[in-house]
Amino acid sequence: MHVSLRGVTRVYGARAGQPEAHALGPIDLDLERGEFFSVVEPSGCGKSTLLDVMAGLARPSAGECTFEGRRVEGEVPDGIGVVFQEDASFPWLTVRDNIAFGLRQAGRLDSEIQAQTLYALEFMGLKDFANAYPAQLSGGMRQRVCIARTLVLKPRLILLDEPFGALDQQTRLLMGDELLRLWRETGATILLITHAIDEATMLADRVGVMSARPGCFLEIVSTGWQKERDSTVVSSEAFGRLTSRIWTRLRVESLRSLGHVDQ
Amino acid sequence: MRWRDSALLIVILLAAWQLLYFAVGDVALSSPARTFQAAARMLGDARFWPHTRETLLAFCQAFAIALAIGLAIGLTLGASRLTGEVAEPLLVALYSIPKVTLYPVILLVFGIGMPAKVAFGAIHGIVPISLFAMNAIRDISPVHLRTARVLRLSPSETATKILLRAALPEIVTGIRVGFSLTLIGTLLGEMFGAQRGLGFLLMQAMSLHEMERIMSLTLLLVIFAATVNAGLLALERRLSPSAGLSDGPLARG
Amino acid sequence: MSKAELIRLAVIVFLIGMLEALCRTGIIPTITAIPPSAMFEALFKILASGKFNQDIAVTLRNVSVAITAAMLVGIVLGTLLQSLPAVRRIFDPLFATYYAVPMYAFYPLLIVVLGLGDLPQIAIGFLLAVVAVLLNTLNGLDRVPPVLLKTAQVHRLGLIRTALKVRLPFAAPYIFTGFKLAVAYSFIGVIGAEFITSNRGIGYEIAFAYNNFDNRVMYPMILLVLMVVITVNMSLHHWEKRLMERRLR
Repeated sequence: MHVSLRGVTRVYGARAGQPEAHALGPIDLDLERGEFFSVVEPSGCGKSTLLDVMAGLARPSAGECTFEGRRVEGEVPDGIGVVFQEDASFPWLTVRDNIAFGLRQAGRLDSEIQAQTLYALEFMGLKDFANAYPAQLSGGMRQRVCIARTLVLKPRLILLDEPFGALDQQTRLLMGDELLRLWRETGATILLITHAIDEATMLADRVGVMSARPGCFLEIVSTGWQKERDSTVVSSEAFGRLTSRIWTRLRVESLRSLGHVDQ
Repeated sequence: MRWRDSALLIVILLAAWQLLYFAVGDVALSSPARTFQAAARMLGDARFWPHTRETLLAFCQAFAIALAIGLAIGLTLGASRLTGEVAEPLLVALYSIPKVTLYPVILLVFGIGMPAKVAFGAIHGIVPISLFAMNAIRDISPVHLRTARVLRLSPSETATKILLRAALPEIVTGIRVGFSLTLIGTLLGEMFGAQRGLGFLLMQAMSLHEMERIMSLTLLLVIFAATVNAGLLALERRLSPSAGLSDGPLARG
Repeated sequence: MSKAELIRLAVIVFLIGMLEALCRTGIIPTITAIPPSAMFEALFKILASGKFNQDIAVTLRNVSVAITAAMLVGIVLGTLLQSLPAVRRIFDPLFATYYAVPMYAFYPLLIVVLGLGDLPQIAIGFLLAVVAVLLNTLNGLDRVPPVLLKTAQVHRLGLIRTALKVRLPFAAPYIFTGFKLAVAYSFIGVIGAEFITSNRGIGYEIAFAYNNFDNRVMYPMILLVLMVVITVNMSLHHWEKRLMERRLR
């Protein structure tokens, strides 16, 4: 197993004016190496605690998470890349320098940095913008910069938190295709968290349907797609069946999470 | 909570002062205890008050002039978009020059004495008051004006009930800054070529090397300036919760 | 040139022209002021003769020292305070009141403690400038988006490298605002102090010329100060705007 979660729970302690909040868990999950797993959260569910725990950005209150056989706790292990929902590009660096950032911090040789950066620029279609600053680019382009910056370090596990949230529907579909291409190319294990059911279903090998707080997996659905897939799967019959199955499960949770009574 | 923090700050400052005194000794510094005593004595000394009156008189006149002219200039310039755009860099430039270099010009125009001090103090205050007032008007959201028209208010009603209220916090900020700078300007004017006033006393004590005197005067001035500023800051905060950002006067723009 | 810039230029030209006319016709007597054209002429001669070059050099050097010290101390203290919120809260009232206090009132104190050399002037310039740098550093660091800090964690940067490679670069435009203020305040502090009491520097020469009724030296020197200060501040203001524009998200 590439990634394993056992009984992972996260509880936010009581603070001034806020009661204790049981945000996550218990979660049991096993990810195989090279798998594409997506998590669909109900509407209204807050920040992805699951991702923080898996990346080592937050400690689980109970249970444990292992990556490549070692416990993940308190610090981010080598080999994990994260793409956040908000734009995380560094505004003071050009696109090229943004992408090269991780490589420079790791102390790689200049020749290697140049080669890898060029590769990432081409792969993500950013070559013409290499010397531009993030402020000059659209939201979608900036996310591509963040993805390029992550991929250039060749992570073995990539965590994505609603990465295409700010983009319009068509751009999302195209970015989804790019993500699949990236996945096939790098062979990394991918976990993507999203609210968009069609996105989760289209991209993943397995889809985890998460409940409202405290977040647990209600069901894990296998999509059965081939590895060589792209956004055109959305027109297949199987896609319609899968999404309706997931939505049926999820609808109740969304209503509950938004504060409505069970319908 | 805020009181506790302020009290702690004062304790820290006094402690630092005391430690510095231990390190440097009587020649260079006066201890907190001695300084407070000297200050108290000075307040009781009959010869002290004429100087204070002189400074306060100069300051009040300077501040009144700065307020009147500053607000007049600022509110007028802010009313039209073009005048505002033309005037801002000029005012900002005036703000950043060491006005002390203009003092000789003022002395030449007004001669030595009270009028020069008042004029010097006033020019220190006019610039920030007008700058902030002008920007206060320019920053009024167009939504307010449209709301006034929808409610069919008369021009004077619009001005007093909506515009003034919307611009008031920033105008008060300008007045607060203008107050401090006018005080500084008045004192500065007295430190050079004056025969009376607190600034003069300060320079006199310096030439006579009277540490206690220097420090007790400085202490009184600091307490006065800080207290009034804190009061005006509290007023600002009541008018607008996010007002009174401690960026310092030149941070705009 | 935009309409506003044209009008501004016209206003300035008009005012200078008025001053020139009033002086030339004798409405403003020579003992009060000399005409602007004479000021420029005299300034040119003074600079060419190099008579006050040493004073100018001294003032500029003192201002530079004050600015450098203010930037170093301000940035370091600002970065420190940003990571110690409890301490910062205690010192908040001090910063809020700092610029209301007549800093020049400390000048006699500084002279007695630091002696009659250049140090008291540099100290005043430093004291006026350092808090502006500190506050703007704080402001910039406050604005670092949490997602960038998380990114730094993902890249496993550690505390110091996060500050150097992520937090301070992000805050750079705001720190530049602090620099702009430091420059303005250092000039005000140093030249003001020179004017009150010193034995060299531009401020001193202006005061000396005034005391000796020497308008032909005094006015050009005042003009020099105004020109230098306005040019420097305006260039920095312009740079600042460009830096901020590049950042607009």
